[in-house]
Amino acid sequence: MENKTFYNEVVTDHNMHPLHKHELEDPDIVLDGVNPSCGDEISLGLKVSDGVITDGAFIGDGCAVSQASADIMLELVIGRTIDEAKHLSKLFLKMIKSEATPEEIEELEEAGALEDISHMPARVKCAVLGWHTLEEMIKRLDRM
Amino acid sequence: MTMDTKINEYRKMFPLLSDDIAYLDNAATTQKPECVLDAVRKYYERDNANPFRGVYDLSERATESYENARKAVADFIGAGSSSEIVFVRNATEALNLLAYSWCEDNISEGDEIVVSVMEHHSDFLPWKYMAEKKGAKLVRLEPEKSGAVTDEALDRALSGKTKIVALTQVSNVLGYANDMAHIAERIHENGALFVVDGAQSVPHMKVDVKQLGCDFLAFSGHKMYAPMGIGVLYGKMEHLEKMRPFMYGGEMIQTVHWDRVTYAEVPHRFEAGTVNVSGAVGLSEAISFINNTGWEFIRSREALLTKKAMEGMKQIPGIGILGSEKVQDHEGIITFTVDGVHPHDVADILGKSGVCIRAGHHCAQPLMDFLGVKSTNRVSFAFYNTEEEVDRFLNELSKVRGLMGYGE
Ligand SMILES: Cc1ncc(COP(=O)(O)O)c(C=O)c1O
Repeated sequence: MENKTFYNEVVTDHNMHPLHKHELEDPDIVLDGVNPSCGDEISLGLKVSDGVITDGAFIGDGCAVSQASADIMLELVIGRTIDEAKHLSKLFLKMIKSEATPEEIEELEEAGALEDISHMPARVKCAVLGWHTLEEMIKRLDRM
Repeated sequence: MTMDTKINEYRKMFPLLSDDIAYLDNAATTQKPECVLDAVRKYYERDNANPFRGVYDLSERATESYENARKAVADFIGAGSSSEIVFVRNATEALNLLAYSWCEDNISEGDEIVVSVMEHHSDFLPWKYMAEKKGAKLVRLEPEKSGAVTDEALDRALSGKTKIVALTQVSNVLGYANDMAHIAERIHENGALFVVDGAQSVPHMKVDVKQLGCDFLAFSGHKMYAPMGIGVLYGKMEHLEKMRPFMYGGEMIQTVHWDRVTYAEVPHRFEAGTVNVSGAVGLSEAISFINNTGWEFIRSREALLTKKAMEGMKQIPGIGILGSEKVQDHEGIITFTVDGVHPHDVADILGKSGVCIRAGHHCAQPLMDFLGVKSTNRVSFAFYNTEEEVDRFLNELSKVRGLMGYGE
């Protein structure tokens, strides 16, 4: 049997050499996310000014999918406005439900590499952990 | 008959086993042979009625099926009588029944309950809950990293206040089989009762409660070729007859009036509501299946597979095996880590190639803490596994680090 795997280079690379996996100095907001079924954990920190995500980082422990997905997400949203981040988050969740158009997946840039997760119910929670945490942070920011 | 043909004959008895998958998660649950599935089906086709409740022939047959199964279990584990066998859903329910019922009347403030750190959550949480409820102390019994419980460790854990000790015969993570008879003696000298979690031992070795010298034994049918939803609590009659009910309702009473209730005799006192007759029938058939297959054959097969797997794993760079280095200390269970790769990724990669292994904390988080690991992978065998399956497992395992971006 061929080893069909979604552990493509994008995922393994972000897992082994994350760009944003470190402590963030002086974050404006920090939130923890956990996925109890696998025990994946992340703690996401963001810096926000004038509605723009100026920096972000995470620390965590978990499977390659959860950690790479969080890293890819940060790479995508840093430098964007909160509204853009919200939009991307919606697109990502749409992609995971196999409902996104090719254009929408294109918009997700590297995060599009996780498209195949939509066929793996057991791993969906891992892939969306970072995005769910981000959405929850944005909700809190909106209330602030 | 060569060994290969013999194993293939056995594999044909298990409808789910095929060449598509290598099922190596037998400590979680085993597959079911046709004879067990047939026994369940035949019960429903021929003998099904609510047992104990009808006086008509059919109900009698249902009752008889159930009680015959009880007798088969009693014989299988060497119990003094069938009445010492309480049917429950699984080992978890057996241990909850015991902890709730026994501790209620026998544990008071300041008493001590001893539990090892390698217990499955189902042999830890009920005791922890009851200890807290009763103001008793939950005392940690620490095994060696291999899973072996030494006399020194026992001496440290036991005291004049110890009332009961709960210990697994075979750890579902480390696979080590402790010498329960020896441990039982020490515990009894100390005046405490001894509860054995047999979930991982009863399916893989001859367990005789008299030889073990335990007061209670809990196990699940589904880990020994029987259906899910049937399990056993064995208890010595002298203890069971003093215990209060765990659940209340139908079938567990003698007489019920508005102001006065008397409970049924043991074991029915602990089996409230309509019971799982088909499960008990399936368990009884699974016991016959084990007896016909023979312990010698089962044990030699499982030892061979474990040895082959462990020796192969030691050749693969980056694999760390938990517990003892010695093959004979692993009862068909090998738990391991892969350097730099999360266990869920390992299980997922193997799963894509049809190799089924476990990932996670194996419901033994205190043990994970004790060993200093977060989560791990586990491969576990039943006698029906083949050497080809072990090779397939080893081959896929050797590719994992490469697939995850680590150079050779
Ligand atoms: C050692 C041990 N105890 C208890 C259990 C609980 O068994 P069950 O889930 O069938 O109640 C298991 C199974 O996972 C086990 O391995």
